[in-house]
Amino acid sequence: MKEETVIKVENLTKQFGDFTAVNAISFEVKKGEIFGFLGANGAGKTTAMKMLIGISNPTSGEAEVASFNVYKNPNSIKKNIGYMSQKFALYDDLTVKENITFFGGIYGLTRKQINEKRQLLVEELGLQEIVNNLVSSLPLGWKQKIAFSVALLHNPKIVFLDEPTGGVDPITRRQFWEMIYKTANQGTTIFVTTHYMDEAEYCDRVSIMVNGKIEALDTPKNLKEKYKAKSMNDVFLKLARG
Amino acid sequence: MKRFIGFIEKEFYHIFRDKRSLFILFGMPIVQIMLFGFAITNEINNVDIAILNNSKDTKTEEIINKIASSKYFSVEDFIQNENEIEAIFKKGKVKAVLNFETDFSKKLITENNATVQIITDATDPNTANTISNYVSAILQNYSKTNNKNIKLAYQIVPKTRMVYNQELKSVFMFVPGVMTIILMLVSAMMTSISITREKELGTMEILLVSPLKPFQVIIGKVVPYIFLSIINAIVIIVLSMFVFKMPVEGSLFLLGAESILFIITSLSLGILISTVSATQQTAMMISLMALMLPVILLSGFIFPITSMPVPLQILSNIIPAKWFIIIIKGIMLKGIGLTFIWKETLILVAMTLFFIVVSIKKYKIRLE
Repeated sequence: MKEETVIKVENLTKQFGDFTAVNAISFEVKKGEIFGFLGANGAGKTTAMKMLIGISNPTSGEAEVASFNVYKNPNSIKKNIGYMSQKFALYDDLTVKENITFFGGIYGLTRKQINEKRQLLVEELGLQEIVNNLVSSLPLGWKQKIAFSVALLHNPKIVFLDEPTGGVDPITRRQFWEMIYKTANQGTTIFVTTHYMDEAEYCDRVSIMVNGKIEALDTPKNLKEKYKAKSMNDVFLKLARG
Repeated sequence: MKRFIGFIEKEFYHIFRDKRSLFILFGMPIVQIMLFGFAITNEINNVDIAILNNSKDTKTEEIINKIASSKYFSVEDFIQNENEIEAIFKKGKVKAVLNFETDFSKKLITENNATVQIITDATDPNTANTISNYVSAILQNYSKTNNKNIKLAYQIVPKTRMVYNQELKSVFMFVPGVMTIILMLVSAMMTSISITREKELGTMEILLVSPLKPFQVIIGKVVPYIFLSIINAIVIIVLSMFVFKMPVEGSLFLLGAESILFIITSLSLGILISTVSATQQTAMMISLMALMLPVILLSGFIFPITSMPVPLQILSNIIPAKWFIIIIKGIMLKGIGLTFIWKETLILVAMTLFFIVVSIKKYKIRLE
C-alpha cells in the first residue's frame, strides 16, 4: 500500500474560555489505516474530531484532512469524509430505503447512483426483508450497520466514527469490526474514537488522549511492549493514572 | 437544487407520518375557527327571561309580546311575586327578570311615566350588560312608536351607526385573531420543534457534517411549513368568507401577501426559538409561553389594547401579532390598501430581519 497521508495535524488546539479541551495535538494518518482515537470521557476526543470534520473551528494549530485545510476548505473536506455519530443517527420515521435516498441525495448522488448503491447494500447486508420497514422498528445492531453504510454512500476517503459501538452487544460489535476491516481494505481510512479498550487491539495504530494531550501513539503491539502491559486496557490505565 | 428537493420530500414524510403534527397542522385551524365562530360569541340569542307582571294589562301584554317575539329572548316563566326572583336566578336557567310595576298602563296614561325594572344575573357581567341594553332598546322603541303624535318640547335623537361591522358580529373580531394564532402556532412552534428534534436525534450533526450549508438545512426545514401555513391561511379565509360571511373588502392579493409576510415573521421566530432550546419539550414550552399567551392577551385579539394599563400598551408593541391583526382587520373589514398599513407592514419586516439576524448570530456561536 502506498504511504499516502490523508490526515495531518500539527499543534491543533481548542480552548473554551480558560479551559483547554484539546492541547496542541499532532499526528498523521495514512491512507487505508484504521486509526484508533482513545481516551476517557472528557479527554477531548470528540472536540478534536469535531475540528477535523469541520463543525468546530480550532483555536490554533494546523490540520489537513483529505489534503484540504480545515480553515480554508471546510466544504471540500465535508465532501470527502463520512461521519457516523454515537447515536447512529438515522430518521426513525423514514424507511431504510428512504433514509438511503435522503442521505445519498444530500451528498449530491444522482437517483441512478443511489439506486445502484442501495441494491448493492441490500445484497451485501441482507436487507431484503427490512428495506421498506421504518427504521424505528429495527434492532440497534441493524441501525448501526445501516448508519455506517449510509456514511459510506458517497465513497468518502475517510470515515469518522464517533464511538460507533456504544450500547451494542459483543457479537454485533465483532460483526461491525468486520465491516470496518472490509472498508479499510478497500482503501478507505477509518478514524474511530472508542473507550472500549478491547477494540483498540483491532486498530492499526492508536493514540491515547489524556486531559487534552496525546500521551501515546503507536501500534497496539508496540504500546504493550513499551508499557510492559498485557492488554491495551493495562496500557490505558497506566497512562491515565500517570 | 436536487439536494434541496430531497430534503423537502423528507420533511413532508416527517409531517405526514406524525399524527400529532398532522392534527395540529390541519385539524386545529378548522376546530378553532369553528369554535370561535360559533360557540364563543358576544351576541345573545334566545336568552331565557322571566316576567313578573304586577299589572297584567294591555300595555304590559304588548311589551311582553314584543320582547318574546324578538329572537334575542324567550320567556321561560311568569312569576307571581318578588320573593320568587331570587329563587329563579338560583336555578340558573333564567338570566333576567322583568318586573312591571302595578297599574302600569294607568300610570303611563295619567302620569306619562311607568317603570319596569330589569334585573339581570351579573355572574356573567358581559351578558348581563348586553341583555339590559337589548331590553332597554326594545322598550324605547315601543314608547317611541306609541308617542308619534305627541309633541315634546325638544328631543335629541342620537343616530348611531356601527361602520365596518354593522351587525356587530363577534366572528368578525375573532377571525383575524384566530388566523393570527394559527399561523403563529403552526409556523413558529412546528418549525422550532422540528429543528430541535433533529438536534435531539443527532441527525442535525450529520447534516452539518454533510456538504449542505447550515442555511440550506434551515431553509429546507422551513419551506414545507411556509407551504402548509399558506394552505392554512387559505382554509381560514375561505371558511370565514363562506361559513361566517366575513367580507374581504380590500384586495385579496394584498391579504395574501401580508399573510405570507407574517408567516415568514413567525418562522424566523421559530428558528430563533430552536437556536436557544436543546430539546423538543423546551421548544414547545417556549413557543406556548412566549407566543400563545402574549398573542391572546396582548395583541388586541380579545382585549382592546387602548383600555390596557400604559406599561402593557407599550409591551404590546413588540408582539408581531398585534401588527398583523391591525393589518388584516384593515384589509378585510375596512378595505384599505397598502398606503394605510405600510407602517405596520414595515414593522413586521423589521421584526423578521431582527429575528433572522439574531438566529444567525446564535447559530454561529453554537457551531464554535
